[in-house]
Amino acid sequence: MAVRLMIGRFDPGAETNAFLIETAGAGAAVTFTGLVRSDPDHPVSRLTLECYPELAEAQLARALAEATARFGLIRAEVIHRHGPLDSGEPIVQVMTLAPHRAAAFAAAEFLMDYLKTDAPFWKKEQTADGEHWVEAKDADDAARARWQT
Amino acid sequence: MKIRYFAWLRERLDLAEEEVSPPLSVLTIADLIGWLKSRDAVAEAAFSNPRLIKAAIGTEIVAHSAPIAGATVIALFPPMTGG
Repeated sequence: MAVRLMIGRFDPGAETNAFLIETAGAGAAVTFTGLVRSDPDHPVSRLTLECYPELAEAQLARALAEATARFGLIRAEVIHRHGPLDSGEPIVQVMTLAPHRAAAFAAAEFLMDYLKTDAPFWKKEQTADGEHWVEAKDADDAARARWQT
Repeated sequence: MKIRYFAWLRERLDLAEEEVSPPLSVLTIADLIGWLKSRDAVAEAAFSNPRLIKAAIGTEIVAHSAPIAGATVIALFPPMTGG
């Protein structure tokens, strides 16, 4: 299980390949890569991600432990960047390894829903109109709530 | 205890962290937010909507009802927008 917070760019393909070196017992691997989105009508020139690293590591480690127990994962990993990012760049990558695909897909989705609402990162967008903090979305809370039992 | 602030809360207060010694009547996170808010006009504005403030004691996210006794580091921040 691994959580990695980093400031610089990461190579999504290289990370996936490294994750897939050890696959004993696995029948499915899912990789999700989140990118800095830029709306064509309101182009984002730069995104700055603020982070509380100690809490982020603790929260993401909890999410990985919960995902592993819940979906019977063999292994999972989360990479999350912070600091300045350019439009189109990868921000986050979640990788899951499981005996079957249903668990690998579900765990990747669970991890993304969890980290949207429960990991201490805050996005600030810079556009032609200036900069502003991105507001939390109710849809993210709803996505997170569907995993609560 | 040390209080750390993040994102727009940090910007509105113009403060990343501070050492505070709240009075003994401050027992919970909610009390702490109320006390911090009462200190000056800048804090009054920054904490104007406490429902938008989340809290962590150490590396544990906690509810506003959580007791702060024994806490050494408390973080206050807006709802999270990562991913």
